[in-house]
Amino acid sequence: MAVFVYAENINGVYKKAAFEAVSYAKAVADQAGDTVTAISVNPTDSSDLLYKYGASNVINIKDDGLKNFSAKAFAQAVNEVADGNTIVFPHTTDASSVAPMLAVMKNYSLITNVLEAPESLSPFQVKRRAFSGKGFMHAKAEGNGVIITVSQNAFGVKENAVSGSEEVKNLSVANEDTKVISHEQSSGKLDLKEAEIVVSAGRGLKGPENWGMIEELANVLGAATACSKPVSDIGWRPHTEHVGQTGKAISPNLYIAVGISGAIQHLAGVNSSKTIVVVNSDPEAPFFKSADYGVVGDAFQIIPALTEKIKALKG
Amino acid sequence: MKILVCISSVPDTTSKINFTADKSAFDKNGIQWVINPLDEFALTKAIKLQESQGAVVTVINVGDAATEPVIRKALAIGANDAVRVNLDPKDSYSTAKEIAAVAQNGGYDLILCGKESIDYNGGSVPGMVAQLLNQPFVNASVGLDVNGSEATAVREIEGGKETISVKLPAVIAGQKGLVDEKDLIIPNMRGIMSARTKPLQVVEAVSSEVKVQGVSYDSVPPRAAVKIVSADNLDELVRLLHEEAKVI
Repeated sequence: MAVFVYAENINGVYKKAAFEAVSYAKAVADQAGDTVTAISVNPTDSSDLLYKYGASNVINIKDDGLKNFSAKAFAQAVNEVADGNTIVFPHTTDASSVAPMLAVMKNYSLITNVLEAPESLSPFQVKRRAFSGKGFMHAKAEGNGVIITVSQNAFGVKENAVSGSEEVKNLSVANEDTKVISHEQSSGKLDLKEAEIVVSAGRGLKGPENWGMIEELANVLGAATACSKPVSDIGWRPHTEHVGQTGKAISPNLYIAVGISGAIQHLAGVNSSKTIVVVNSDPEAPFFKSADYGVVGDAFQIIPALTEKIKALKG
Repeated sequence: MKILVCISSVPDTTSKINFTADKSAFDKNGIQWVINPLDEFALTKAIKLQESQGAVVTVINVGDAATEPVIRKALAIGANDAVRVNLDPKDSYSTAKEIAAVAQNGGYDLILCGKESIDYNGGSVPGMVAQLLNQPFVNASVGLDVNGSEATAVREIEGGKETISVKLPAVIAGQKGLVDEKDLIIPNMRGIMSARTKPLQVVEAVSSEVKVQGVSYDSVPPRAAVKIVSADNLDELVRLLHEEAKVI
């Protein structure tokens, strides 16, 4: 039976997490000797983008009632068209709201925060993130159907072009319980969980007025910005930037931590980053023990200098 | 207004996480247990609604008797009463089923939860409870007001925020921002004393169906020793990131 995947879009445009989920679904389908069907709600992007990562069928749900997001209505819509025993979602905020509701509707097992391709398909067993990044769990699904959410930046986006076909499904799902009053999207800002490079800073920066150099380094690198918990608690940065055990868990390719000592709760949210660079004036900062590269010194001199050198590298 | 707050008992955030020698389970030795920090935001929000709107706040926990100190702490923070479902929960589905069973006949206007627990990180219980009760669900909520039979919730979306109105009863999963960190309630002596006499009802589980098993667990492998680069030689750092790690 075909593997289904929920290809999330924002305002019709596919997210990177959608391509990663399709890549993951393709790996499952290859293991099972089957094909991938992607489901999307009101996309404006071309289905070619999904064929590129291995989806050979794309079901485009058209429903004016689903112009605004509602976890329950989206779960109902996906439930109507997902006719397979494996359904893959990205572990984004919206998709991980839909997946639990769909799991109950279908009476399927749900395994979230998945990191790798499955260890076995029958029963479905897979490695997932647990204990806020301080450990891993190998989870086994009971029963016939399984829904999984794939942790962002864990499996990666893998091109695997197939020839595909598209089907349009016109639905009219009732969406009466919730109504969007306002929607604020900060334009031009990289999504922290999707970013491949993250530049983060802590109390070592001494005040919010000093974040300009962090933003500049992030701009040069095409990175998102983040912060430690104390910094968001004091209000120097918005809590949406807080990475750590009670904030966001991220797994970028490169995490640069400036003036962050590296408390166990902070490490929990960032230690699945592939490469970690720590800049701190205190040579005893515990974060150095969990870093790949470290620079001991004054961030106010190091960061602007590093920014210039990276600018030069990028030409 | 009646509010049900779902709380989970989890290892303190400073805990080192170890697994048993055969890697089949989390090693609970030496662990301090706390209310899941994300549930604490939900509980504090409920207490604020109790103060401003006279809401009655019940906390629910699915757990064995060992979780009672954490339930008592929730009562000390200000919940009116508590229910413990006597089951050592094995997965999100079994937990959600028990919460939904208690909620079914409770006539709650609002069910508040943290968006995930910091131990198993399933992030699935709130949405499952909502679906089992056929109620609307708002996840990752960073703001909430209640006005009669409607709530206005602010939810975090990638790169922004969305404000929505929700018909009650509903399930809302909160996170940091639902209340400010500084507004979290630390129980005072009066709260602790009164918690001892508040009702804590223990009910038996209605189902033992488990959909996901934890087969084995691994610790995070240690990283190789850090390479320290001199602050005077940032060219070397750039070279390492470009040529060795290949990340820039």
